[in-house]
Order: sequence, then C-alpha cells, then structure tokens
Amino acid sequence: MFPRPIEQAPTATRWLYRVAVPVALFLWLLPLLGVAVTSVRPASDLAQGNYFGMPSSIAFSNYREVFANSPMASYMLNSFKVTIPTVIGALALSCMTGFALAIYNFRSNLLVFFMFVAGNFVPFQILMVPVRDLTLSLDMYNTWYGLALFHIAFQTGFCTLFMRNFIKALPFELIEAARVEGVSEVRIFWHVVLPLMRPAIAALSVLIFTFIWNDFFWATVLSNSPESQPITAGLSSLNGQWIAQWHLVSAGSILAALPPVAMFFLMQRHFIAGLTLGAVK
Amino acid sequence: MTRAALPAASAEMPPRSRWRTHQRRLAPWLFLAPGLAMFAVYVVSPIFQSMWISLYDWDGLGEKVWIGAANYAELMDDDAFYTSLWNNVLWLVLYMLSVPAGLMMAIFLNQTIRGMRLYKSMFFFPFVISQVVVGLIFSWFYAPDFGLLYQLIEWLTGTGVAILADDRYVTYGIIAAGLWPQIAYVMILYLTGLNNVATDQIEAARLDGAKGWRMLWHVVLPQLRPATFIAVVVTVIGALRSFDLVSVMTDGGPYGSSRVLSFYMYEQALSEYGYRMGYGAAIAVVLFAIMMIFISGFIWKMWRDERER
Repeated sequence: MFPRPIEQAPTATRWLYRVAVPVALFLWLLPLLGVAVTSVRPASDLAQGNYFGMPSSIAFSNYREVFANSPMASYMLNSFKVTIPTVIGALALSCMTGFALAIYNFRSNLLVFFMFVAGNFVPFQILMVPVRDLTLSLDMYNTWYGLALFHIAFQTGFCTLFMRNFIKALPFELIEAARVEGVSEVRIFWHVVLPLMRPAIAALSVLIFTFIWNDFFWATVLSNSPESQPITAGLSSLNGQWIAQWHLVSAGSILAALPPVAMFFLMQRHFIAGLTLGAVK
Repeated sequence: MTRAALPAASAEMPPRSRWRTHQRRLAPWLFLAPGLAMFAVYVVSPIFQSMWISLYDWDGLGEKVWIGAANYAELMDDDAFYTSLWNNVLWLVLYMLSVPAGLMMAIFLNQTIRGMRLYKSMFFFPFVISQVVVGLIFSWFYAPDFGLLYQLIEWLTGTGVAILADDRYVTYGIIAAGLWPQIAYVMILYLTGLNNVATDQIEAARLDGAKGWRMLWHVVLPQLRPATFIAVVVTVIGALRSFDLVSVMTDGGPYGSSRVLSFYMYEQALSEYGYRMGYGAAIAVVLFAIMMIFISGFIWKMWRDERER
C-alpha cells in the first residue's frame, strides 16, 4: 500500500492524522458550508452585516420564499423531466451499440467506436447553431423532449465507450456457448449479456443523471422560458433578479445541488465505478 | 452464471432462412442503427454544418449570405478573440494543476482510519454539484466587502480586492473556482488507481530502501499511468469546455476580460448583442480545431492500446 499505512506510524502521528483529515475537509468545503449556512440565515442578519457569525435564528422561511416567489418548483420538475428520459434513452441505445462493438468483429468496428469516443469530446459550441436550428425546426424549442433528445444522442457517445469496454471484459465463452446451442443473436443480447450488464447500467445511470441535471449550456441554448427551463438555467436567471439577496441565492443553490448529491450518496459505489472506468487497467 | 437453461432455438436443424445465414453479419448494424442515427443527426452532422455556416453571414432567421472566409479574416483583427484565446491558454495551463493537486490529496487520503469512506465522499462533493452552483458559491466567496476571501485579503494587506471586478485577477479567480471540482475529480481517479497498485512491488521497493518522493516517482507513478492519462484527458476537455463558470460568475466581464472562446462564441451567436451565427460558428470552428489536436492525441493512444491487446 502507498503511502505506508498510518497504523504503522507512531501514536502521535496517528493522532495528528486523525485531526488533520477533518480539518482539511472543513477547509475544503468551507465555501459550500458558508452557502449552506447563508441559506438559513434570516434576511435581517444580512442587512445588519452579520454574514459569518452565528445566524440569529434558523430561517427555513428562505426556502419557502424561494418556492413561493420564484418558479423554482417548475424548474426542478423540468430538470427531472429532461434528466430521467435522457438516462433511460442513452442507456437503451448504448447497451445495444456497446454490445455490437464489443461482440462482433466487423471491419469498421474500431472506426465506429472511435467516432463515438471522439464525438463525446467535441466542444459543445461547434454543435450549438445547427442543433438549435434543428430543435427550432422540429418545434421542440422550449420543450423537455427537445433537450432530452439532444442529451440522449450526445451521451450515447460516452455510454458506448463505457458499455463496450464493460462487455469486452465479460467472458466471451458465454456467447460462444449460446451460439453453439443455436441461440439467435438478439436473444444472446437479451438473455445472456443484458443480465450481466446490471452493474454497468447502475453506474452509468447515476453518472448520466448527474451530468444532465448539472448541464447548463444546453439548458440555456434550447430553452428560455421559466415553464421549460431546467434548474441550472433557472437558477442563473434568478441570480440576475435576486441581486445581493444572498440568502435566496444560497437557498436556490442548495436546492439545485440536492438531487445529484442525494443520488451520489445513495449510489456512491456505482458512481465511482462509473467515473473511474479505465483509470485502473 | 452460465445460463444453461437458455431456450434452445429448436432441436432440429434451424431453417436456413436469409436471416439465419446472415444474422451474424447483420446483427451488429441492427444494434448500432438507433444509436448511430441519433449520433449522426445530433453530433456528427452539426460539426460539418457549423463549418459550412462559418462561411456565411447569417442572423439565424433571414437569408444566409455567402462571404467565404470573411468571418475568419475578421477574427484575425478581433481583440476580443485574442483575449478569449489567451484566457483559454491560461485555463489549459492552470487547470493542469488539478492533476498534481488531486494526486497529493489522494495520497493524503489513502488510509484506512475509521470513517474514511465518508471523508472521501465528502471530499468528492464539489464535483457532484452543478458548475452553476459552484460559480454562485465562489461569487459569494469573492464578493466585495463581505466575501470571505475579500475579508481575508483585507485583513492581510489592509485593502480588499474585488477579484471578479478586476480585469487583472478575474480569470484567475474563475479558474480557481473551476479547480475546486476538478481536483476532486482527479483525486477520485487517483484513489482508485492507488487501490490497485501492486502491493508486492511497493514492498520490494521498500526493502530496497525506497521511500517518499523516490518511491512515488519510480514505483508508484508508473503504475498510476492509466489514471494519469484519464486525469489529463478530462482536465484538458474540462478546461476547453469552461463556459458555465464564466457565464455565471462574470458574464465575460469586466469589459470582456474573462471571456473564453466557448463563451465568446455563445455571446456572438446568441446574446442580446445580436445574432451573428456565422461569426459564432467561425469561433466554434477555431475552438474545435484546438480541441481536435488533443482529441487526435487521445484517440491515437487509445487506438494503439487497442491494437496491442
């Protein structure tokens, strides 16, 4: 193990380490903690210049105010409406593309694979004008499915990379055995490979959920009305309206951060497995 | 795990239909079709369309007017373009700091005291939250008069600095905000990598008297090479994609000094200053060309690894 396990160190060092980790964590998360505290600070505190002291009272009313005086509820709902279909769609498509690229040896296999990989890295701006045009001409501007369709297509690139490598690591004998028994290719996909892909599907769904929930660029390019904007775009425009009302901005920020954070905590193992794909081989 | 009870197609010889004989050749394309079609419509063809649009003068609604390379010629004389380009270079260089910083954090945290799992995930927090939220958090952190950092600088030097309103510091301020989640990301990559470092090699090196930096450099880092590769890839891409933070924290200001290419493109093509789709597309093409240098490098390396298998 590297570095040397702390258990082998002198007692003093061990204690020092045990103190150092939480202190480092506190400093690391200080900006976030500040915002979390501000989100429950009464507006009167801010007016009196009490920015960092103890809040004079815990004002959950900030959150109520955010929901009452801004379309926050609608923003959050929109985010879910974009995110969930994207996760399902991208996974469905990439299970198939990943299977095709991992199992079959056809001539343009690597070419197709690397096209997906490269597409996944391109800057969004090179897609912006044509995708916006396409969305407008399909009458999908300001709709959740306009956004979701684009996200599904784009995320398929990343998901294909992931799925293909995952399936490649499965024992190929399984497929050969099934073929010898005369099982059709579609049934091999459905009955042999798909059940083994559960960990990959879990990992990718948390990851894609977070990516799409946090997307800001496309949310601003493909929507502009509060009725259809996801929370990232909504929060940014609220920030423009709530100048210097930091208790509201903070509460809004915390609300926007909550779903991906919850997702991460619930499915931590899968999340990290997804992110670190390829980092270990 | 072998599903022995798979429904065998049939006991007798299967009928030799066209599908039966060719299915292994056709199946991959059937599986690829939906994904490829979506990818072609939304990712591949827009790249070429953008290149095409960059040769026109177009407001997004009216007639396109062919102007050849005029958009690119205009770019050559556009100060805002050079400011954005320079800021992109700054982003690229400084963002790379997240690789050593993330490695250091991973080494610091690669222990097994009680509650370590929870600590690690809390350290990872900044990466999970949206960049919009990160931007707001740091705007608050930097805010003039009451911001934590402002007060800290005031306490140290006597006068506070409004980082986001000062064209000398603004880009550095935004990059620092971007480093926060990026370091967390790189840290996780390295933590996983460290988990898989071969213990026997470390022990052998220890017996030979290697420790500290020498151990890290000669024994551990070579084994972490895959993690380093991914960390560099995601950091380069992240640096060139930086848009959210600039947009949320400064909207490109003050006086356009914190623009990056991705933001400048958006501003030209879609902001209230007018819809210059052609000019925006030209900026996007330049950004794409820069990105392509890196993408080709990554792909070339991955291609080689595939071949070696």
